[in-house]
Amino acid sequence: MHKEMKKSNNGNFFSRIVRQQMFIPIFALLILVIFNIIMDPSFLEITLGTNNLGNPVLGGYLIRILDNGSEVAILAIGMTLVTAASGGQDISVGAAVAIAGSVLLRVLCGGDTRAETLQSPVILAFLVSCIVAMLFGAFNGVLVAYFRIQPMVATLILYTAGRSIAAWVNNNELPIVSEQSFKYFGGYIPGIPIPTPFFIMLACVIIMCLVLKFTNLRLYTQAVGINENSSKLNGLNPALIKVLTFVILGLCVAVVGLIKVSRNSTINYSVIAKDIEMDAILAVALGGNALGGGKFNMIASVLGAYVIQLLTTTLYKFNVQSDALPAYKAVVVIILVVISAPTVRAWFTSMMKKFQTKEVA
Amino acid sequence: MKESALLEMRNIHKSFPGVRALQGVDFTLRKGEVHALMGENGAGKSTLIKVLTGVYEKDEGQISLEGSVATIRSPQDAQKVGISTVYQEITLCPNLSVAENIFIGRTKSVYQNWKKMNADTEKILQSLDIPAKATQQLESCSIAVQQMIAIARAVDMDCKVLILDEPTSSLDEQEVAKLFKLMRELKAKGVGIIFVTHFLDQVYEVCDTITVMRDGKLVGEYPIKDLPRVQLVSKMLGKELDDMADIQSEAPKFERKEGSVPVLEAEGLVSDAGIKPFDFHIDKGEVNGFTGLLGSGRSECVRAIFGADRVLGGTVKKDGKVIKINKPLDAMKNGIAYLPEDRKIDGIVGDLSVRDNLILAQQVLKGFFRPFSKAEANKFADEYIKLLSIKTASADTPIKSLSGGNQQKVILARWLLTHPEYLILDEPTRGIDVGTKVDIQKLVLKLASEGMSVTFISSEMDEMLRTCSRLIVMRDRRVVGELTGDDLNQNKVMGTIAGGDK
Amino acid sequence: MKKKLLTMVLSVAMVAALVTGCGNDGSTTTTADTAATDDAAADTATDDAAADTATDDAAADTATDDAAADTATDDAAADDTADTASSGELIKVGIINNNPNESGYRTANDNDLKATFTEENGYDASFSYSNVNDEQIAYAQTFIQNEVDYLLLSAADTAGWDSVLTDAQNAGIKVILFDRVIDADESLYEASIVSDMEKEGQTAVDWLKGQGLESYNIIHLQGVMGTAAQKGRSAAMDAAAASEGWNIVTQQTAEWNAETAQQIVQSVIDSGQEFNVIYAENDDMARGAVAALDAANISHGVGKDVIIMGFDCNKWALQELLDQNWNYDGQCNPFQSSYINDIIKTLESGGTIDQKTIIMDEKGFDATEITADDVEKYGI
Repeated sequence: MHKEMKKSNNGNFFSRIVRQQMFIPIFALLILVIFNIIMDPSFLEITLGTNNLGNPVLGGYLIRILDNGSEVAILAIGMTLVTAASGGQDISVGAAVAIAGSVLLRVLCGGDTRAETLQSPVILAFLVSCIVAMLFGAFNGVLVAYFRIQPMVATLILYTAGRSIAAWVNNNELPIVSEQSFKYFGGYIPGIPIPTPFFIMLACVIIMCLVLKFTNLRLYTQAVGINENSSKLNGLNPALIKVLTFVILGLCVAVVGLIKVSRNSTINYSVIAKDIEMDAILAVALGGNALGGGKFNMIASVLGAYVIQLLTTTLYKFNVQSDALPAYKAVVVIILVVISAPTVRAWFTSMMKKFQTKEVA
Repeated sequence: MKESALLEMRNIHKSFPGVRALQGVDFTLRKGEVHALMGENGAGKSTLIKVLTGVYEKDEGQISLEGSVATIRSPQDAQKVGISTVYQEITLCPNLSVAENIFIGRTKSVYQNWKKMNADTEKILQSLDIPAKATQQLESCSIAVQQMIAIARAVDMDCKVLILDEPTSSLDEQEVAKLFKLMRELKAKGVGIIFVTHFLDQVYEVCDTITVMRDGKLVGEYPIKDLPRVQLVSKMLGKELDDMADIQSEAPKFERKEGSVPVLEAEGLVSDAGIKPFDFHIDKGEVNGFTGLLGSGRSECVRAIFGADRVLGGTVKKDGKVIKINKPLDAMKNGIAYLPEDRKIDGIVGDLSVRDNLILAQQVLKGFFRPFSKAEANKFADEYIKLLSIKTASADTPIKSLSGGNQQKVILARWLLTHPEYLILDEPTRGIDVGTKVDIQKLVLKLASEGMSVTFISSEMDEMLRTCSRLIVMRDRRVVGELTGDDLNQNKVMGTIAGGDK
Repeated sequence: MKKKLLTMVLSVAMVAALVTGCGNDGSTTTTADTAATDDAAADTATDDAAADTATDDAAADTATDDAAADTATDDAAADDTADTASSGELIKVGIINNNPNESGYRTANDNDLKATFTEENGYDASFSYSNVNDEQIAYAQTFIQNEVDYLLLSAADTAGWDSVLTDAQNAGIKVILFDRVIDADESLYEASIVSDMEKEGQTAVDWLKGQGLESYNIIHLQGVMGTAAQKGRSAAMDAAAASEGWNIVTQQTAEWNAETAQQIVQSVIDSGQEFNVIYAENDDMARGAVAALDAANISHGVGKDVIIMGFDCNKWALQELLDQNWNYDGQCNPFQSSYINDIIKTLESGGTIDQKTIIMDEKGFDATEITADDVEKYGI
């Protein structure tokens, strides 16, 4: 009797977990980690070494995943908001990262492509690139909110023109920063063995969580995303809120631009942050968020970003043939997206229930 | 006499998370019968219909059609076996043409003969007297016409069982009469019709049998002649109903004080929604109403007052002082609240919880940087769920899973939470069960007696006459009269609307 | 009021975007002047291959390999102008290229073309850019309608050109392909001037062979799969690995991207596998690989643990060679304009082209031999 009670409780507990939005990204992370551990027990190993400047750095797959997943995770924050409010996605973030990075370098190097010393402090350059990225975000936002163009179509403009604009900012030259301290943002700060992008990502997530806690951003974006008419009649300005989400995404873009440019100390306009918009959108989807807008879960999106990075790293690790790489990625993504589809989850829940009743019987 | 049963549903069970929507419901429909399915909102009528049409899968039970067991897993299955439905909310595609809407999903071959399709559609529309063109985009038709087209689509599919789920809630009397004529024709052909409605008059006008449901259970099936109205209502509510007429006598009559300044006064107000400039005023504690036929501009007037449409001209005074209302937020800041006509489109924020829906307006007034704490929000939610007896599993339940009447109560609670001085209710009782209707009317009078000014709009004349002390009558998008005191009777109102006595 | 303000901001932003779009072209034309010096340098690089096909004196001048060549080409250009000016007409040229922002290579290529096909040199040149084949074909049709004399084409894709080139032929327009080949009948074009990617790869692999390492454990970073550069450069490596018994530790596409290359190399480092050569099919990927090595404190360059090989000869990459941080960089010559110029001159003067496919001369640089002059001269 007692045993049965316990079992059914377990079953309830399990089906409750399955219904949770966070279930999908966490489940995917677990599966991938377990797969990796089985294939190679050293997967979880973290080693402490030094880099060529003699600074202590941590190494190992986990650190790499945390490091390299940061950019998509940061973009996923902004993309989640844009998705929630506008029911569409911004496909121009990769191009916008190129612009933000280009502006950053332009201010840092002052137009001299081989500047030996920084022409202006990094913080100033970063602020300028933030403003530029937010302006471009606002541009997208205004197209979407006031001119009522579909987000994908509206952002297609910047998607197409963005990398040319980025090249134009620096007269099509490729500035290279030789200052070592600039590498801290995409690498390591001396004495701290954990990659800086991870801290930047953490800061972004914490700031966003605080913003969501201490403002009505969540309620407003969700309300606008679900029912614009109703939001308007409740005194909200849906257009302004949509623009706001695009501006926030712009800020995320600027942060990613800083990391990307710092990683290489230079920029390649055509390939920097290439296809990152697709990863960011995918992260939002893997987080179980509806791409049609409405309710969202920020943390789930961030986890989704790390699922993608874990997947990428796994594929590199197993040295999948180059031509087949996208195919493998696609297969895994399809599986994850299908699992997260509401119908499949409903089916899963009902299966659990049947299983459970059978067991009790 | 046991007539041949066309449709039999036996022991139907259906549960949703936290709700047991149907518990062992039986339902029998005979050939050539119009069968009313009655019950309060949340009684399980819509769920039963959705189980029958394959929208939901039943947990338990059996459905048989003409004696043989039917498996219905999807709306397509239902259509195939001859069950057609017209839902309360229009489920057609607004961006397709009328003809496409009537024929969508019904062609068997890949090839589509557009010419024939349009010609057929014209024929159907003509035979049913529907004022629409085959090639017209559905969106451009009025809601009433859209509803008729939905019926035309169902009728044209040679159905054995036709389900009409609140088809008349957005139709005017003439249209209703047309629909009833159609129903009788179908009945004569042996079609079984399940008719779900809240209009008691209509039930007694057209139906043969009534099945009453309450709280997901079957109360009973009765021939119409054996069930007088009072009994029907009491069976639906599960208690003896105070006579509706009592409401009026309970309520203290509003007396305008000489020389008092109106709470709100508008002069020459005009919006971009195509109404003629109109004047309006309301006093403290007064309940007035806009009346007129569908499309006469009564909703547009209150939307102009609230700033929901773009205001093009006119002055608005509050307590004698001129104020500017350009957008809803301006109106809200001036203590005006507006419960919109179309609950689904303008009212609820479907995926959000009851709690979030409830605090939304007050939260917007409070400001972006000052969110309510979770405890505060919960307190408000609990308070109003109790106050208006909203039936919901919890405050966290998404509002869209509530029944229509309970959704409406949440929206009402949303505005009451802002403690408005002036409350506009546009069709608050549409698609709502009798019990809730009475509740809302009582509430309106109670609020007015406490000093709130209320504008009340309803398609049901007797509701307006019961609650309002002054009626503003509209015709063709302009104000044509104002009735008070002894003029407030059905004949006078009808006459003013029709404009015959001029 | 707010709405008005927003609309204003928007329109300003849109105008700004337009200006940037157009300004982009403007800026490249203005930089074209400065690029002219690079171009001259490139001319000096051209040698026998061009000389073989060249029949007039001006082209022969460019074959001389010293500083004087600069003035020589200028003279040659001046002579040409005189020639065409005397005939009284500019030669109308329609140039279809890939987007100059695509890469440093393409930027250099575009600047080179712009510097050569000027009015002073007797040309009326129109440029159009796209990385999409269909758009390029549309441009080609426009050029045919505008009755250009020559159509210069760097095709985005190899297929689908037959009909439009036939149209061109019927209209009496001569087609010269540069940089990229297409799948079309040879009779449809006069000549194609291309880099031999396989030869580039072969030169690099031969160099690697010459290093005489005890063991070869190679990380092979590939470009975007299916591109000519990737195919050619990978083929040489694959063949050598098979014949020499070299061990390919990993072979992955980093899609020309530095960050992706960094991730791949990091992954190899984390796996603990031994490697002593990084063969990256462009400079960016080599750079990313080096960043990964630096982070793991693995030494690289001349006389160090890991040999770094790149392609394309970006100026900064050659600088790395000069600093001995890298070991080898293979050239991919973007300066086809002088070859094209020679061909047009030959055809205009009634000559014939003996060889349809002209392969440009391309070098490979060794860190131990490169000079500062080389960096200036060959860096793009």
